[in-house]
Amino acid sequence: MLTETLRECDWIPVTEAGNIPPREGRSLCLNGKELAVFNLNGRFLTIDNHCPHKGGPLCDGIVSGTAVVCPLHGRRFDLETGLPVRADDETSLATYPTRMEGGVIYIGFPTAQEAAGEAA
Amino acid sequence: MKQQLVVVGNGMAGVACVEQILKQPHDFDITIFGAETHVNYNRIMLSLVLAGQKSPDDIVLNGVDWYRDNNIRAKLGVRIANIDRERRVVIDQEGGETPYGKLILATGSNAFIPPIPGVDKKNVHVFRTMDDTQELLAKSRPGLKAVVIGGGLLGLEAARGLQLRGCDVTVVHLMDSLMERQLDPTGGAYLRRKIESLGIRVMLPKQTDALFGNGLVDGLRFASGEELEAELVVIAAGIRPNTELARRAGLAVGRGIVVNDHLETSDPDIFAVGECTEHNGQIFGLVAPLYEQGRVLAHAITGQRGKTFSGATPATKLKIMGVDIFSAGSIDDSEPGVESVKFEDPSQGVYKKVLLKNNRLHGVILVGDAEDEYTYTEWLRSGTDLTELRRQVLFPPRDPDPGRELADMPDSETVCGCNGVKKGDIIHAIHTHGITTLKQVKERTRASTSCGSCTGLCEKLLRAVAPDFQADTKTTLCSCFPFSYEQLRDIMRGQKLKSVEEVLAVYGNRKGCEVCKPALSYLLDMVWCGDHEEDRSARFINDRVHANIQKDGTFSVIPRMRGGVTTPDELRRIADVADKYNVPMVKVTGSQRIDLLGIKKADLPKVWADLGMSSGQAYTKGVRMVKTCVGTEFCRFGVQDSTNTGIELERRLENLFTPHKFKMGVVGCPRNCAEATVKDLGLVGQEGSWQVVVGGAAGKSVRKADLLITVETTEQALEASDLFFQYYRENANYLERSYDFVERIGIEKVRKETVYATDADKAKLLDRLARSKALAKDAWLEGAQPVNATQFVQIQPSAKTTSPEVASVC
Repeated sequence: MLTETLRECDWIPVTEAGNIPPREGRSLCLNGKELAVFNLNGRFLTIDNHCPHKGGPLCDGIVSGTAVVCPLHGRRFDLETGLPVRADDETSLATYPTRMEGGVIYIGFPTAQEAAGEAA
Repeated sequence: MKQQLVVVGNGMAGVACVEQILKQPHDFDITIFGAETHVNYNRIMLSLVLAGQKSPDDIVLNGVDWYRDNNIRAKLGVRIANIDRERRVVIDQEGGETPYGKLILATGSNAFIPPIPGVDKKNVHVFRTMDDTQELLAKSRPGLKAVVIGGGLLGLEAARGLQLRGCDVTVVHLMDSLMERQLDPTGGAYLRRKIESLGIRVMLPKQTDALFGNGLVDGLRFASGEELEAELVVIAAGIRPNTELARRAGLAVGRGIVVNDHLETSDPDIFAVGECTEHNGQIFGLVAPLYEQGRVLAHAITGQRGKTFSGATPATKLKIMGVDIFSAGSIDDSEPGVESVKFEDPSQGVYKKVLLKNNRLHGVILVGDAEDEYTYTEWLRSGTDLTELRRQVLFPPRDPDPGRELADMPDSETVCGCNGVKKGDIIHAIHTHGITTLKQVKERTRASTSCGSCTGLCEKLLRAVAPDFQADTKTTLCSCFPFSYEQLRDIMRGQKLKSVEEVLAVYGNRKGCEVCKPALSYLLDMVWCGDHEEDRSARFINDRVHANIQKDGTFSVIPRMRGGVTTPDELRRIADVADKYNVPMVKVTGSQRIDLLGIKKADLPKVWADLGMSSGQAYTKGVRMVKTCVGTEFCRFGVQDSTNTGIELERRLENLFTPHKFKMGVVGCPRNCAEATVKDLGLVGQEGSWQVVVGGAAGKSVRKADLLITVETTEQALEASDLFFQYYRENANYLERSYDFVERIGIEKVRKETVYATDADKAKLLDRLARSKALAKDAWLEGAQPVNATQFVQIQPSAKTTSPEVASVC
């Protein structure tokens, strides 16, 4: 998380905070990816929307603390880290830095240089 | 000949000490005198008995067979009045004498009753023993005006218990702040806010000058002249060591019975243990150090002096009305050289204060979040130098691997503070006795048998160490709550909790999960007959968008078609919708309805509008449908009007939620063409009567429904249906189908409490059903009036907020 926030990001405004009710998620498409943004009582977190198990829409899942439970088969993922909560699930999900400013939610994508640096 | 060991006091400290003696090589013939008539019970849990969360039997620590199996003579209800040290006998109040070789005084403490005029009035009680608790239970009733004098731990627990019994409770406290011995004024204020939000009044600082009333107490008069009405008063102004017997026997007594590091009194043959003792000027009110005393005493009395008692660091962990509180070490920040570091989050109700001295932990107060208590306890115990951790003292680093915490814990670290059980003891017990359940851990080690705050840790340990770990038989909803369904229903009613978040905050782990959140949503809806605060985030996606999620994330739409009867118009509209939205599959369901499969979430409101029909609730734990045959209207054999009766039945119950899905059937003759006898509720028409059958199933299991009753008229059949329906709603566990429910309860009991109930009880059931029904509505109305702007739509990063190239379609 720390490296994530220090990294240079392009912050893209996506929607008004009020559009995501507390403890619920909503999906959106950005940069060709389908993401799910969650509102953990005022703290916003973003994760890939599709469960790696069978592609279930995580934005439709019930939130449990900082985890979300996939509505199709109950896989759990931590919204802060993208890691599966049970050790026997292997695949984790990408998370995206998210912040709220002036009532608008922003999602950060690494700038072009940063992304290139990472690839190298 | 065996040496006579007499123990005066049959409470937790005395009996725990005897348990320790039994573990040592000894040659004692043991007699225990108890002034109370009960076997040794867990005094800490009396508040749970008062609150109705435990029965008196649940809190017994040593049952009668323990005394018998260990050849201990228990003389209960016998008060020792004197000790004749010269003749080495104890003398009871009847004059009976019992000789002793060694004597242990475990006389505990008494409730302190302040010298206020009027404390002798009727309905003025203390809260100290099982008998006190039972008297309070007998007197408490909903609406009773109860006043608790004392805002310490015991007073607040009494207040909570009485409130759960429905009493109208006020806590009156002499000091400026609640629990001032464990909390500073800010911590006390956080606790006060929480308590007040639960509907308990707190008045402080208030000095009570008198209790008035003619025989029965009517109220309190404060020093300020104000008065407060009261029908029941509980005095919880603290406890005082019970030293009278020791004083009369001429032993050294200060505030308590003075003992040395081996728990010997001024007479080498007389020991003392527990709350009655005073050690190095300190007296004790919490159980953990008293168990430590018992262990030291057991060594000394069996001639193995070595172990010594060195007092105790005060540490209190408790949960009061759902608020975690932890206080340890010294909380006095006026001491020179003590610095305090604080954190406050008023909206979360979290307050933390850490006191440091010479860069070492000196004391800590946690309100609302006590998760780091182990770290703080360890820092206090070991005197860890915190120079390097100064910036993290309020939020000690946590390991992302929860198993690590356990692995990092040294074997010598205490898991159960109440009973002094260390991590190593539990692991040893698990290995040597092949323990696989928490219950066995409790029986073997006593860990988690007192306050229960270490239950989670014990379970984690079991899970980690025992290869065949079995969770204890599930009577609770899930691990988020320590309560059964019944208790949860009582709690919701008693505490007037109306939202899932409130229940979770007060009685749960504040997180909730996919198991308990929908269950709590249902229970609240049922308990409050629909008049609760619905929280969509606590419900499964189907109940957020009123359609059934499919494997590809699309939804299925089934409109209501009462009794399986439709019209050409409806069929045309269904066909048009199927064309317009390119519905991949249109299917006739097993429930005499039509299913449109593969609808996108965003299209749901439009689909419903085009259909112009109401929700068939085919996606929820609720009333599904009534399947019917054609009956007298067309059938040559029909003897009852099954279609119209079915339509009426569906109208009466539709839009209501149930513990699990609820399917019905109505047939016009015993040929049973619509399979009413394998439905949750069925009406089987006969010549001149209806059979009402319940608890049928043709799913995972097949079960023929039981006959509830046979009645003559259709109106009677519908009323019997209503009664069973509401009874199932109120008494089944969440996700329990009617056939499991009927088998669990037994059809006889179901009959007795529904169709054979008194008219008054029937009226109550029907009234609650009517209230729920009055508030129930067609969920698809939300298509036109969504509960929030994005209920059905994907968020579209708009051109206004972002450039077009990033807002791509995927």
